[in-house]
Amino acid sequence: MTKRTLCNILATLILSLSLFGAAARADNAFILVQSTTSTQNSGLFDHILPQFTEASGIEVRVVAVGTGQAIRNAANGDGDVLLVHAESAEVAFVADGLGVERFDLMYNDFVIVGPSGDPAAVMGMTNASDALAMIAESGSAFASRGDDSGTHKKERSLWQEAGVDPVVSSGDWYQETGSGMGATLNTASGMGAYALTDRATWIAFENKGDLVIAVEGDDALFNQYGVILVNPQRFEHVKSDEGQAFIDWLLSSDGQNAIGAYQLDGQQLFFPNAK
Amino acid sequence: MDDLSGAFAQAFRLIAGFDPDLLEIVTLSLQVSLSAVIVAGLIGLPAGAAVAVMRFPGRAVVIAVMNAMMGLPPVVAGLAVYLMLSRAGPLGDWGLLYTPSAMVIAQTVLVAPIIAALTRQAIEDLHGDYDEQLRAFGIGRSGMITTLLWEARVGLFTVLLAGFGRAIAEVGAVIMVGGNINHVTRVMTTAIALETSKGALELALGLGIVLLVIVLGVNALAGLLRMGVAGRAHA
Repeated sequence: MTKRTLCNILATLILSLSLFGAAARADNAFILVQSTTSTQNSGLFDHILPQFTEASGIEVRVVAVGTGQAIRNAANGDGDVLLVHAESAEVAFVADGLGVERFDLMYNDFVIVGPSGDPAAVMGMTNASDALAMIAESGSAFASRGDDSGTHKKERSLWQEAGVDPVVSSGDWYQETGSGMGATLNTASGMGAYALTDRATWIAFENKGDLVIAVEGDDALFNQYGVILVNPQRFEHVKSDEGQAFIDWLLSSDGQNAIGAYQLDGQQLFFPNAK
Repeated sequence: MDDLSGAFAQAFRLIAGFDPDLLEIVTLSLQVSLSAVIVAGLIGLPAGAAVAVMRFPGRAVVIAVMNAMMGLPPVVAGLAVYLMLSRAGPLGDWGLLYTPSAMVIAQTVLVAPIIAALTRQAIEDLHGDYDEQLRAFGIGRSGMITTLLWEARVGLFTVLLAGFGRAIAEVGAVIMVGGNINHVTRVMTTAIALETSKGALELALGLGIVLLVIVLGVNALAGLLRMGVAGRAHA
């Protein structure tokens, strides 16, 4: 086999490989949405996206990662729409010219879950940062995302409010898993630790083990989701028409109703609040 | 233990139920990993054989690097391919990120060094035995490489299988460059990671069992093929 034929075979192969993914769906219009694990793992997307695709003919491909990573991916231009939950980071994303405009989409809340034995005696408290201070004082295990996600950003602000720097105890009672919400809940469930989680992921989570909700109902635990079109003036490949159609639908009464209608175990997971 | 028996029940239900979603995921897993092994073989087999046969300055360094690359962490390979294929990266205009092609490229990066390094070793052993004979027949370097590759084909089959095992089992690279998008880039390992993160441990383990069964099937098929090849070689 000569070098030339080898090169030809290689080139043909790579070309045909790059086609097999595209060919299957080339006729469908699709957009890429960078989003969070909570929206995917809770089943929300499986519920609402088929409705949008039905109405518009546009397929929605979701990459579900932590909010921090989703924002970084979108900032590289690897996505048409950003749907996350960290308002200040979203505002900064738009201010930097990476996104067109931010819209409030829906909300739910965070809860602190912990082992039913409640070693820190925080069960039933309604002030999240007070509860965290007690967890720190008692040295009870706490599993943190530690991944710069929306939930992790919220958790850090609550620690700050509590006047505790948990990172100095990292590896002791404070465990930074550096992974997604589900993986962190698996850790908490396995070691009997407290953890901060969004309620949607919690309700959908199937490996709760001994964990129960310990703290809820604090205004500080409010969890707002926003949606942003990635700026086509910054990245010319952004599918702005299709992306905007998706955002318009989410904010319309159809989209808002679809979000509000999604239930798991008889509980509503997300509350639409587009203005 | 409940989890484990539940997992086997799940695996059985998944296979017996011919779940179309599962079939799609399995098909894509095989497509991606077999493609990666083919491309990596086309690169790794001749490269490994060439290094085995040729003598050049810095050869020891090349061999050391090739061997070390066998330990390349999948996440690092994924990150490197992500940075190349991202819209902000040098190959961003190709628009390949979050497609099966990106996953093939990432797995090729992982598998090619394994195939090259193991091929180098296999061919070098053989080269020692055949060198004088081949020279006596007046066969040149490139002829020597193809002859030795052909003579070593039975052993090299196992090398390709080792590469396939690495490709089909890894999750770090494909989840990063594929994005685990439902119906587009979701493969067995990323589906397992997703179900684990949902806390659906039984289903995750069930999928793991299905994956093992598929890998076993591929190996059995390869074993039959190899017997055919070996049989003819000794005929």
